Amino acid sequence: MTPAHTEANVPPPLVRVEQVVKHFPISAGMFGHAIVHAVDGVSLTIKAGETLGLVGESGCGKSTLGRVIVRLQPATSGHVYFRDIDLTRLHGEKLRRTRQQMQMIFQDPYASLNPRMAVGDIIAEPLRNFGIARGRRAEAQVQEVMRVCGLNPNFINRYPHEFSGGQRQRIGIARALVLNPTFIVADEPVSALDVSIQAQIVNLMEDLQDQFNLTFLFIAHDLSVVHHMSDRIAVMYLGKIVEVGPSDDVRDGPLHPYTKVLQSSVPIPDPDLEAGRRPILLTGEIPSPVNPPSGCRFHTRCPIAQPICSEKEPPLERKLDGRLAACHFPGKL
Amino acid sequence: MTAVDGVSFEVDRGETVGIVGESGSGKTMTALSILRLVPEPGRITAGRILFGEKDVVHMTDEEIREFRGADVAMIFQDPMTSLNPVLKVGFQVEEAMAAHNRFTRGQAHDRVIPMLQRVRIPDAPARVRDYPHQFSGGMRQRAMIAMGLSNEPSLLIADEPTTALDVTVQASIIELLRDLNREMGAAVILITHNMSVIASLCQRVIVMYAGRIVEEGPTRAIFKNPEHPYTWSLLRSIPRVDERTHEKLVSISGLPPDLSNPPPGCRFHPRCRYRVDRCFTDEPDLIDVGASQRARCWVLMRNVLAESKTDR
Repeated sequence: MTPAHTEANVPPPLVRVEQVVKHFPISAGMFGHAIVHAVDGVSLTIKAGETLGLVGESGCGKSTLGRVIVRLQPATSGHVYFRDIDLTRLHGEKLRRTRQQMQMIFQDPYASLNPRMAVGDIIAEPLRNFGIARGRRAEAQVQEVMRVCGLNPNFINRYPHEFSGGQRQRIGIARALVLNPTFIVADEPVSALDVSIQAQIVNLMEDLQDQFNLTFLFIAHDLSVVHHMSDRIAVMYLGKIVEVGPSDDVRDGPLHPYTKVLQSSVPIPDPDLEAGRRPILLTGEIPSPVNPPSGCRFHTRCPIAQPICSEKEPPLERKLDGRLAACHFPGKL
Repeated sequence: MTAVDGVSFEVDRGETVGIVGESGSGKTMTALSILRLVPEPGRITAGRILFGEKDVVHMTDEEIREFRGADVAMIFQDPMTSLNPVLKVGFQVEEAMAAHNRFTRGQAHDRVIPMLQRVRIPDAPARVRDYPHQFSGGMRQRAMIAMGLSNEPSLLIADEPTTALDVTVQASIIELLRDLNREMGAAVILITHNMSVIASLCQRVIVMYAGRIVEEGPTRAIFKNPEHPYTWSLLRSIPRVDERTHEKLVSISGLPPDLSNPPPGCRFHPRCRYRVDRCFTDEPDLIDVGASQRARCWVLMRNVLAESKTDR
């Protein structure tokens, strides 16, 4: 999808995340407080028009990172640039204006829609918030975006409970789309849906991307869906990005051992292939983000860990053309 | 409402059978029926459930109590709701055995640690004294499996056992079920919405849609040559991690039907892209379509695919 280009005319990224840290203080029993290191120094770029997939398991910080990028939550430190504007420095009206171009789609289509609002009002709310359209003009825009998202525009006065899970996710997408954004963060948009409905939403998102030239950050735990949707994949483990690269490369030749483990754990719907495949099983539990391990955070569970891995943290750096990994022994598992 | 409608199947000793379907397809109700655990006000209105020679539907209370847990064990999606939060894990495994007559109290006590080791709970001698909240999600599911298998049942029913778990943990639970099936010889009925998990674990598949079996057969046959359009679409609606070219997913339009008012004819016809006139009015029987493969369809995918070939 992205045209081949030489180093010289690489367009600047649409979104640039630099050393973003998000810590949550928690009260820890009788003695003072502890800190959850949800996101711990993440840098990423997202090119205009591409889909960057962000994959990782529960608790790795991928949703928090998504929310920090669109500033639903402030970063503890670091910067998020959107078209070279530092979002972490923006306040008030300027932030609002910039935000108009970035929207979010949420996982749970039941919890993310106000049950007391009619669908038309839910989708029109961003238009009113930003003073773009009201009344009949808003209604026309809402009906148009409903049609684009595969919803019957005549259902504008119905309430969320009258819709199925898949249709509700379409409502969530319509609400994100109505402002004509350039960048959308989709946080596990299909994982709460039935299998036959997931394909409808995945296809819809792909169509919308082509139609409106959208840039996606697609967050999910399922490597198969992320690979299908994304041009590039970033893999996250315990608050850190451990690998970034083009989708096929990351799948076919993972550089980080954790990526390899993830790839081997995803079953393939083919009994013949499955008969010859065995997952690489991890020992132990995912460590607590309150007290992350020293050195490489994966060293406590890594099948190929060496002494250096617990002593020195490997930086996320270029290992091959267009591919980054944070590992002392990339590609060795 | 008829949640499960005329479902018949057999599970052989030691066999692994997958029941696949979406929410509302009746897969869980089918499994609960086997244990006569259908929640009120639901009930089994017709049919038989034979375990060996015994009919579960007509068992006395005493018989059904012994049958559940000793002959057949069930594990659920969310292990936390099945474990008692205020009792130690080891004690709960022991209780599962004490509730039945296979083992004496002393034997039951001695079997706890080996059972936990058997389900690969690391450091089992220490962890028997832990409470469920001290276990991770994957470890809780292992503890549930240990409880389920502690009486050496001949059938284990696992209802979406990996759905709430991360993929790496899911992989380890599937491996565990595979190993235990081999080591202990217990048959496994795996209920899931995930076709890939079935491909990984099961010898045979039953595909359910709207309370009916729409297709069943050996896993290999079903995955290579699905004959029902629902099975065919389901297999093409999920992205494969090994896909080589980016193809659009096959989406199944519409929604599963309301079971209090199922559509006439084939229950899948409102969503089927290959339907013919007959599908609107007559419901097909489950017919033989290959070596122990059966499908409930007037059209069959082999005819659809042959036709699309001649069109080209």
